[in-house]
Amino acid sequence: MRLTLKVWRQKNPSDAGRFETYEASDINEHMSFLEMLDVVNEDLIRKGQDPIVFDSDCREGICGTCGFVINGVAHGPNRATTVCQLHMRFFKDGDTVVLEPWRAAAFPVLKDLTVDRAALDRIVQAGGFISTNAGSAPEANSLPVPKDYADRAFDAATCIGCGACVAACPNASAMLFMSAKVAHLGLLPQGQPERWRRVRNMAARHDAEGFGHCSNHGECEAVCPKGIGLNFISLMNADLRTSVFRG
Amino acid sequence: MGVPFAREYGGLLDTRSFGGAQVSRTFYARGQTGQQLLLGVYSALERQIADGTVTMYPRHEMLEVVKVDDVARGIITRDMLTGEIEAHAGDVVLLCTGGYSNVFYLSTNARGCNATAIWRAHKQGAALANPCYTQIHPTCIPQSGDYQSKLTLMSESLRNDGRVWVPSRTGDTRSPSQIPESERDYYLERKYPSFGNLAPRDIASRAAKEVCDEGRGVGPGGRGVFLDFSDAIGRLGEDTIRERYGNLFEMYERITGEDPYKEPMRIYPAPHYTMGGLWVDYNLQSTVTGLFVGGEANFSDHGANRLGASALMQGLADGYFVLPATVPDYLANARPTRVDMTHPAFQEAKQAVAERIQRLLSIKGERTVDSIYRELGTLMWNNAGMARSDASLREALARIPQLRDEFWHNVRVSGANEEINQSLERAGRVADFLELAELLCIDALDRTESCGAHFRVESQTEDGEALRDDDNFTYVAAWHYGGEGQRPVLRKEPLDFENVHLAVRSYK
Repeated sequence: MRLTLKVWRQKNPSDAGRFETYEASDINEHMSFLEMLDVVNEDLIRKGQDPIVFDSDCREGICGTCGFVINGVAHGPNRATTVCQLHMRFFKDGDTVVLEPWRAAAFPVLKDLTVDRAALDRIVQAGGFISTNAGSAPEANSLPVPKDYADRAFDAATCIGCGACVAACPNASAMLFMSAKVAHLGLLPQGQPERWRRVRNMAARHDAEGFGHCSNHGECEAVCPKGIGLNFISLMNADLRTSVFRG
Repeated sequence: MGVPFAREYGGLLDTRSFGGAQVSRTFYARGQTGQQLLLGVYSALERQIADGTVTMYPRHEMLEVVKVDDVARGIITRDMLTGEIEAHAGDVVLLCTGGYSNVFYLSTNARGCNATAIWRAHKQGAALANPCYTQIHPTCIPQSGDYQSKLTLMSESLRNDGRVWVPSRTGDTRSPSQIPESERDYYLERKYPSFGNLAPRDIASRAAKEVCDEGRGVGPGGRGVFLDFSDAIGRLGEDTIRERYGNLFEMYERITGEDPYKEPMRIYPAPHYTMGGLWVDYNLQSTVTGLFVGGEANFSDHGANRLGASALMQGLADGYFVLPATVPDYLANARPTRVDMTHPAFQEAKQAVAERIQRLLSIKGERTVDSIYRELGTLMWNNAGMARSDASLREALARIPQLRDEFWHNVRVSGANEEINQSLERAGRVADFLELAELLCIDALDRTESCGAHFRVESQTEDGEALRDDDNFTYVAAWHYGGEGQRPVLRKEPLDFENVHLAVRSYK
């Protein structure tokens, strides 16, 4: 198939940026979206032009490195799928596809489709951990964890930190990301000692980084490649309220 | 670390079986144990960053090891945002930079995985041990075309409930549901009745290659075998299978567009892990004083073949338990003197790194980095992949220097150093793979026995199983860099077995 790509090109964080149009020919439906871009880039290099810069690593949807907006949707049209796992069979011959980076004040564009997501790391640094040093923890079986708690914690722990939730949110809020971390650790016994401090500190960091507040649009849940639900935001908000009294 | 391991209803840890094991003894976290441990380690690391005990340099790439008086004292990095070449001095250097499966171009490793750090260390004097021991994982989604950028691993846990088969006769192109039981060959169950579908990785991989070589492979190109869940779904119900493998089935469907609940998966082996790596002693110190190596980057722990779940074990053990004990011991005894970045050794190394980058940028040839890389990968996969022969390795050893020559004269690296330049990053890594590939083939040619994941076609039993040659090869092959264009120097570390006696394994 043949596609017309309108790609956001921006040389560096201070460049204004603009869309440029490329033709992608000989595209096979079994290619992943990033493999299609690889083909376009090979062609650009051969023509002596600058290839399109985009982040990717594992290319199997588990590392959270890739991600950009395709036709206005973070990670593109297929639900619960990162761009590296999006295959070209979801597009038709002759389609025009618009690619742009995550847009959020807290995610400055580094180049083309690559953004700096270090703000998410800083939210984790504010409390997304348990303060037990490895090697000093007790035998895991000495602390039974009810299966339904372990399962729910796992659902939250599947977050890969890609930032699609922020890109999709009209407020550029990172609440879904943060709530996944809060719920994952808050549901497990080893996360209890820091439960209230954690949620307060992470929320404060979240706001300081310039992420917006949640106003229940649900766009984040719709684009999350791991299907993490809004219910975790409710859980986090409940913890945040409780933390006021629990100190 | 706060990792949500699978629990039973009573709250205790759940276990499951793995390739090469006949009992359920492995803790797990759905189909993504490794990923969850990685996230656990990540959050523990972020905690240390917040505490100020660790300084993180994201988007930096290590390009050289710096030695002062023959002791490793620092590294040179390139800031991948600005292109700045930076020196970092320290009391020890610790490399935990992973394996080199991407020498095959297509592997289950992430795109960014590369061997530059260990290869630079090797050229600075660290011996590289057993580079020919590369593991080929049996359960990957088959390649679909030339544009393919990586191969996706389906967790090995699938072999717990999936049955592997191919049609009994060659050229059978009927859809799997049209092939009756009597015309199916469940070859792993047939050849290895006691382990069946859970035969170790190298055996399962080679068996898949064999049936495909016989022309009984399935799917486009005939490089694939079925992994069939219909029996398990019939026995346990679709819900149980969904609970165990739901995320893997979804992943498979996303990539192939086929529904594994309805038709069998197609799988084929792919490079996955490298047992070889920098030689280390029991303290994980390499042959360069002050240079320590942890995880897949070193050669220890797995011998010639790694079993399921043990890479995680090694990563966590090296990082959490071994190195925190051995590095302080080294520091207490060696008492390194103060060295800072103004030392001439750092300036020289920075200079050399910058010149190398300029050289890559100034070639301005005709071929893209990836086209040469792909050619190298194909050559390595065909000639030094699942099965190796004297002839295939000699052919590879003749081709690799030609390809390297072509790279250094005809590659085109676009852009400049002082910006994000993925073409340049990749070029540097491919240049190192072009050298490491040669050492891998030299080692594979030298070891004329079959051993673990290294299968030499000349060394097999009558029924096609790997045949070791313990009289001549019971040693670790530690290769020292011999200088530009020189043959590497082999040093043998004999293997003495005190408690366990060498025997031939049988999975039949």
